Parts: sequence; structure tokens; C-alpha cells
Amino acid sequence: MSAALLPLVQLDIRSRRGGTCESEDGFCPDWIVDNLDRYVSPLLEHVVLTMVSVGIGFAIAFAVALLAHRREWVSAPVGALTSVLFTIPSVAAFLLLVPLTGLGPLTAIVALVGYTQVFLFRNMVNGLSNVGEETKDAARGMGLTERQLLWRVELPLAVPEILAGLRIATVTTVNLATLAFFAGAGGLGAQIYTDITFRSNVVVAGGLAILLAALFDLLILGGQRLATPWRRAAAA
Amino acid sequence: MADQHRQAAVVEFDHVTKRYDAPTGRDKGKPTPGAVNDLSMKVPAGKICILVGPSGCGKTTTMKMINRIIEPTSGTIRLQGEDVTGSPPDELRRRIGYVIQQVGLFPHLTIADNVATVPRLLRWDGSRTRARVDEMLDLVGMDPSIYRGRYPKELSGGQRQRVGVARALAADPPVMLMDEPFGAVDPIAREKLQNEFLRLQEDIGKTIVFVTHDIDEAIKMGDRIAVLRTGGKLAQYASPAELLMYPADEFVEDFVGADRALKRLALQRVRDIDLWTAATVRSGEPVAEARRKIAEADIDIPLVVDDHGRPQGWLSERGLAGERVRPELRSRAEPLVELDDVLRDALADLIESEVHYSPVVDPDGCLAGVLSLEVISQSLHVPPERARTSTELVEPAGDDAVSAEIEPA
Repeated sequence: MSAALLPLVQLDIRSRRGGTCESEDGFCPDWIVDNLDRYVSPLLEHVVLTMVSVGIGFAIAFAVALLAHRREWVSAPVGALTSVLFTIPSVAAFLLLVPLTGLGPLTAIVALVGYTQVFLFRNMVNGLSNVGEETKDAARGMGLTERQLLWRVELPLAVPEILAGLRIATVTTVNLATLAFFAGAGGLGAQIYTDITFRSNVVVAGGLAILLAALFDLLILGGQRLATPWRRAAAA
Repeated sequence: MADQHRQAAVVEFDHVTKRYDAPTGRDKGKPTPGAVNDLSMKVPAGKICILVGPSGCGKTTTMKMINRIIEPTSGTIRLQGEDVTGSPPDELRRRIGYVIQQVGLFPHLTIADNVATVPRLLRWDGSRTRARVDEMLDLVGMDPSIYRGRYPKELSGGQRQRVGVARALAADPPVMLMDEPFGAVDPIAREKLQNEFLRLQEDIGKTIVFVTHDIDEAIKMGDRIAVLRTGGKLAQYASPAELLMYPADEFVEDFVGADRALKRLALQRVRDIDLWTAATVRSGEPVAEARRKIAEADIDIPLVVDDHGRPQGWLSERGLAGERVRPELRSRAEPLVELDDVLRDALADLIESEVHYSPVVDPDGCLAGVLSLEVISQSLHVPPERARTSTELVEPAGDDAVSAEIEPA
């Protein structure tokens, strides 16, 4: 990969005067405190990239999973397709999409959406198909329509698996979005690349990406616990 | 239960057939499992009708055609005179209670929400639904204040089955379908649930179509039993006693078992048969008086009773030696049989205690008579055999066409 292809050039974000922590590429708490504001907008870009990609990915996966739930034969080929998508190296995907969708967030989002599908679609399909036959039999026998069965029984029971898929998809997207700068979409990855030899910069930008992933993960986990009180009930 | 309506409907099968694709290959020519062949029968309102037969005989198919989970190939099923295909399946099913072996409670809903399922589908208002949920939980013996907010997995198998029954009854359907409802619990819990359900049915008086493969359960629970044979043909439709006394053919005879005479013991209670009388004597009463009573009784050994008439024991000859009866017992009054015991249990008591007869007491503990092995064996005597065609099919139209009893209790 030649540097000429990269969308961003290296910037000076520090003084290069000799003998200081900064000029030695070190980990400099003072510099970090003074320069934290540099990271705000890359962080926000990262958050937006992640949320938009996962949001769109969720909507697509949900629609296709519902289709696959009704029409069994859809499930296997779509599942295989999501796996194939996931095997495309991410940097290659970003770069290959640039001629189609241009430099910028759109390209990054298209690729990131593609990577979420393997987790979201599969977990949705599994979650829906794991609902017990006896539960569905009882529901139909009591007069729930197919639509009521889906929204009142099958989807609520699939929530744990759907949200487990969402957690993996989100964490993976935070991670992959650090490469979105190859598509010119900014984010924390772009910030890392502005001065990749400077340890303070790499630690702060990388650390923020890790924290962001952990935060999303905890939020979804918390949401799942609130949404599924029945899973915590103690067995008789 | 004050506002419990006794609402029930007649269920009629009119030449109902369900065909599945015929087996091919190795199984070619064998009957298709689950098929039903030209079934006609009528379940009277408020009765428990058991569908019983070997696996693949079509008993579950028959039941599931009532609420249109399975649609018949031909024929008509009527609920209180109305063709079930006349309304959309979802609406029909909300009027039919449904209980299955694995219960199928919704794991993500509390017990209250589970029981409220059909009332909510019918858009009852919140307070009516809540009151109904509590009433139903009470009805099946589960304290609403304890169980209302619990989740199914916090309950034992027997408790889940009770909730399943409460859920099926919540919208007061005139008909209940039960598919091996007690099949998944252990034998002790099953016995208990069966007894509870029979007591419950005395209150609610629903028309119940009940599927089982267990002939003993069928005999215990059923008012009427439909025996289906492989291929989905009705072999016999009769009351339990009739089925045991007059099996229609060899298939039914085999299916009810070689011990069918013994099974009839489970159908009769001690109060249903003519007991022997015994002389009752009290300590201190004149011996002459006692001897007079003994002469009149069916059995020549007198029973000593206390002031309340409760049997104490069998008097020995020495007790009659003087002027007045002295309480000298040859043996204690054991075992004590109760009027409500089924004959099978009473006979077991006699055999276990190695006696030929024993006193029977009423619910207050007072002597009601004497049960003996001879009395039991007489009760099993089958009247002269009738023709083997006791299967009752659809009766001519016109009789009890209106048999829904809707009366405020």
C-alpha cells in the first residue's frame, strides 16, 4: 500500500523541538491534557459512523430475517452471502468502493453495513427459529394471528439472541471504523494515522476507540437486561 | 367463582375425513399416520370426551380439526350447530380453550400476562382482565398474590400445567381441547392434577375433548370414550363402563386390556353398590338385644361402635358371654373403607389387610355398612351380553339440539 493512495497526509500535531517527551515519540500526559480537544470531532465522527452503519445494518437484516422466517429457502443463501461479505478484507472493501461511491462517509457506511450482516442476520434468524414449537402451538391454538405471534411471542423471545448479535456487530463496527479513513470518512482511525509514530496520539485515539466499543457494549447489555426480565427469573 | 357461568357447547363430527399423502416406498400400503376416516360422532355439552387409541390413529388430528389447526379433507365439524369453517380460525380459536402436553406457557410473560392472553385478544378492559386472571388462578388453586408476577420457569411442572388450564379457561370458552395435558408430569403429580381437574369440571361444566394414549386415564377422566384404531376409524364410542363391559370388537377388547374386569373396579365407588349390613352393638347393652340384631344382619359378627356410631372393632364371642355386652374385641375395625373410595382402592385395602370384609364409614366416620370380597365380585357381574354394536354414532337430528346451558350460578 503506497502512501500516495491514502486520503490523508501526515500532519504535525506536536512540537518537534529536541529533548522533550513529545519529540521522543513518548507518552506525555501533559501534552494529552492540553490536546484533548483534537480528539472530540474524530470521536464524534466515529460514533456517527458506527451508529448509522449499525442502524442501517439492523434495519436491512431485520427485514431480510423476517422474510427468511416466512420463506425458509431464503435463509441459507442469504446467510452464506453475509459470510462471504465478512471475508472481504476491510481495507480492500473501502478502497474498492471508492470508485463507486466516492471518498467520504457514504463509502465507509456501505462497507460497514455489509460487515454487520453476518452477526445481525444470523442471530435474528436463529433467535426466531429457536422459539419452541409448543409455545407457537399454544399461541396459535389460543387464536393469535401470525402477525400477533411474530410481534408478541416470537420477536420478544428472540430478543436475547438479536441483541447478542447487535453487541458483536457494534463492537466489530467500532473496530472496523478505525479503517474508514481509507474511504475518507475520518473517525478515530484518521486521527491515529495523522501521527502514527507518536505514542501519546496512538494511545489516546486507540484508547477512545476501545472505550467507545466498551460503552456501546455495556449500553446494549443494559438494554437487554431491562428488556428481558424473564431471563433472570430463578428456575423452580 | 360466584359469577362462573356454566357454558358448554355440543361438538359434532359429521363424516369427517382427513387424508394425508399415502406412504410410498417401503411403507406403501400401510395406513398414513394421523389420518381420519369418515368420523361421525357427537360430544354432548358439558361432558368430557376422551379420544384414545394407539399412536398414529388420528386422535390428535381429530382434536386439532375442531379448532382448525388442521383442516379436514372432507366433512363438517359443528360447534353448537355452527360449522367451524364459518368464522376465521383466529376468532374461532379464541372461543375454544387449548391445553397441550408441554403447556406452552409464554416464557417471556408473567403468569398473570399468560392467563390474560385471550381476554386481551378479545380486548377486554384492564380491570375486567385483572379480576379474571385472579379468579382463574384461584380456581386452579394458585394464590394470585404469590404467582401473579412470576415467570413460567419459576414454577414446577404441575404448577405450569395448572396455569395452562387457567389460561385456557380465561375467556370462559364453551369447549376445551386438551392434548395429553397430564402426560409430561410425574405419576404422582398426574394423579393429583387429574383429580383436581375432575373437581374443577364439576364446577365449570365445559365440553372437553381430551386426547390420551393411556386407557386408564381415559377410563378415569371420561364421560364418553372414543376409541380410534390405526387408519383413523372410530372403533367404539361409549361410556367407560360400557366400553369395559361390552367392547365392540377384538381391537377394543385388546386395547382396553385383558384386565378390563378389574378396570371396572375403578369406575364404581363403594357408595354405588349394595353393602352388607352388620349388627352394631355398644358396650353395656343387653346381650339379648345384641343377639336379636345379629340375627337380622347379613354378617354374624357384630361391630362394636362408640356413642357416635363410629366402628371400634369386631366383637369376640366372649363379649356376649354375660348379661351385658363387654367390649372384648377379636380384632380392630381395620381397614376402614370410605363410601367415596373407588372399589379398586377398597379392594386393595382388603387384600393388603388380609381380610374378607371390612366396615365402611361415611364422611363423618359413622358406620355405613360392610364391604366384602363377595359384594365386590357381585358388583362386577355383567348383565347378559348385548349385541356388540354399542357404538353410538350421530343421533338423529332434533334431539337436544339446544343443549347449551347458560345459567348464572
